Amino acid sequence: MGDLHQQLVQMVDKMPAFPGSVNKVLQMTSAIDCAPKDLVQVIEHDPVMMAKILKLVNSAYFGLSREITSIKHGVVFVGLNTIKNLAISIATMGMLPKTGPAGLSMNEFLLHSLGTASIAKLLGKQLGVTSDKATDYFVGGLLHDIGKVVFTQFMPQEMERALKRVEVEGISLPVAEMIEIGADHAQLGGMLAEKWQLPHALVTCIKEHHSAELKDDSNKVLDCVIAANIIVKQVGFGSAGNLIEDRLPDHVSARFGMGLDELQDSIRNLDEELEKATAFIRV
Amino acid sequence: MLQFTFRGVRGSIASPGSKTVKYGGNTTCIEVRAGDELIILDAGTGIFPLSQTLFPEFPLTCHIFITHTHWDHIQGLPFFIPMFVAGNSIKIYGGQDPVTGNNVQDVLSRQLEYAFFPIREAELSADLEYISLSENQVTNIGNVEVVNVLMNHPAIDYGYKVTCGNKSLFFTGDHEWPYNIYDPEDDDYRLFEDHIAQKRKSIIDMIKEVDVLIVDTAYTDDEYPAKKGWGHGSFSSSIAMAQEAGVKHCFFTHHEPTRSDESLEKIFKEALDKCPNKPEYPKFYLAQEAFTFKI
Repeated sequence: MGDLHQQLVQMVDKMPAFPGSVNKVLQMTSAIDCAPKDLVQVIEHDPVMMAKILKLVNSAYFGLSREITSIKHGVVFVGLNTIKNLAISIATMGMLPKTGPAGLSMNEFLLHSLGTASIAKLLGKQLGVTSDKATDYFVGGLLHDIGKVVFTQFMPQEMERALKRVEVEGISLPVAEMIEIGADHAQLGGMLAEKWQLPHALVTCIKEHHSAELKDDSNKVLDCVIAANIIVKQVGFGSAGNLIEDRLPDHVSARFGMGLDELQDSIRNLDEELEKATAFIRV
Repeated sequence: MLQFTFRGVRGSIASPGSKTVKYGGNTTCIEVRAGDELIILDAGTGIFPLSQTLFPEFPLTCHIFITHTHWDHIQGLPFFIPMFVAGNSIKIYGGQDPVTGNNVQDVLSRQLEYAFFPIREAELSADLEYISLSENQVTNIGNVEVVNVLMNHPAIDYGYKVTCGNKSLFFTGDHEWPYNIYDPEDDDYRLFEDHIAQKRKSIIDMIKEVDVLIVDTAYTDDEYPAKKGWGHGSFSSSIAMAQEAGVKHCFFTHHEPTRSDESLEKIFKEALDKCPNKPEYPKFYLAQEAFTFKI
């Protein structure tokens, strides 16, 4: 995994973002009066742009004395024009293909990420977190599968075999990835996030989102992302290639004081939030 | 001992002519004398007249701190004569461009490319050193301390706080206080306000009670709405900043290039007349080229 990790770390710098947001960023920024909040919204709905910008603003280039945890936070601390130009520089790298290995629809993948993000945020609010902190839940959900984007982009053949194994053998995607690649997307994403110096809770979220056990660094954001990742599959919103639905871990269930079905039913505005995500992608 | 002399007070572009004779037409450059050290804040066209006064000090050691690399803050750098003379030692400090990864050396090298200038960076005879700064980095020069503070401008802009003994000054470089990009009815408005308040506090905390604040005050309050987002301050924002930070003396700089001496004095007076109460401090001044202030 060490060599593979090194290889991927270098390649990831050139990884393009999702087609919809690339087009939107290029189109919006060609107008001098581009509305900042619209641009921020586009970036916030693309896991690649989000990850790359958080990586840059938390990197040694800035050497900031605080962690930047969201795009809005970044806009205020490093300036709107810098965030805008970072987005443009990512957009000019090209775009991810619409279809990944084994026919994986990147649009469905994006819906899965956005759905997880929206649900994680709703769950966070349900646990009483303030809207300031709820952003961390959205970001955690959006980025939880970032390792998967890297695999589909840079190891398409291995990923194709893994996705086929999922279909034919009925195993989970992380298990199939372990067989074909020697690492799963959560491990890889976690390592990248660590390397990128993303906030610690976010790193844990990416690394442990399939973990059923309560770890030392388990946190509320992670628990919400774990639950959101399961619920989004249960309601059939988007797809990221993993056909097996995880069981809601006991400690997560205990956190909410209810089981999976009850938890899903308890989320107010679920359909409305998911509809917003779909609408955003369609535009 | 801490004193400074304005060598350039104009924003955007140099503005020589009969209407700017009193306050000066050169772009940003401030000569700071701190103990035995020479510290230069920004290298706009004002660094050229400064450089002509430095020959008696050769071999010279000096430290140039660049707030940001927009033209009006670096345009004079290739004309900083001490760079061409062997035996001089010049350290240039600045931020790193996060988009391209370029540092201050890359910027100077580009300014000295064949298409722009006849002498290449490699041909400069002085001993040059480049230092990329992280936010809030403390640079010690003899018994002088310089700390950079990340401001808000459409580029990475560091304000610099210079402290020598118990005297201190802070220069913002170009700065506009961040404003809310959301409308009050938007869900994210409140959250964004919180970020803005945090950012404001982080800056004010760094400059609390400095003796002198030199602040970007490009616009009148009437002009500001049309220039919102351009990265510059107004008389109201600068006065509020000086009061909140509890500074003693506040100099308004980055005068608009089209502003005549006469209109500058007029808007300055109008701005001060609008201040509701006038305690002894802060005292307000218009930055004026060649004016020296001893703290």
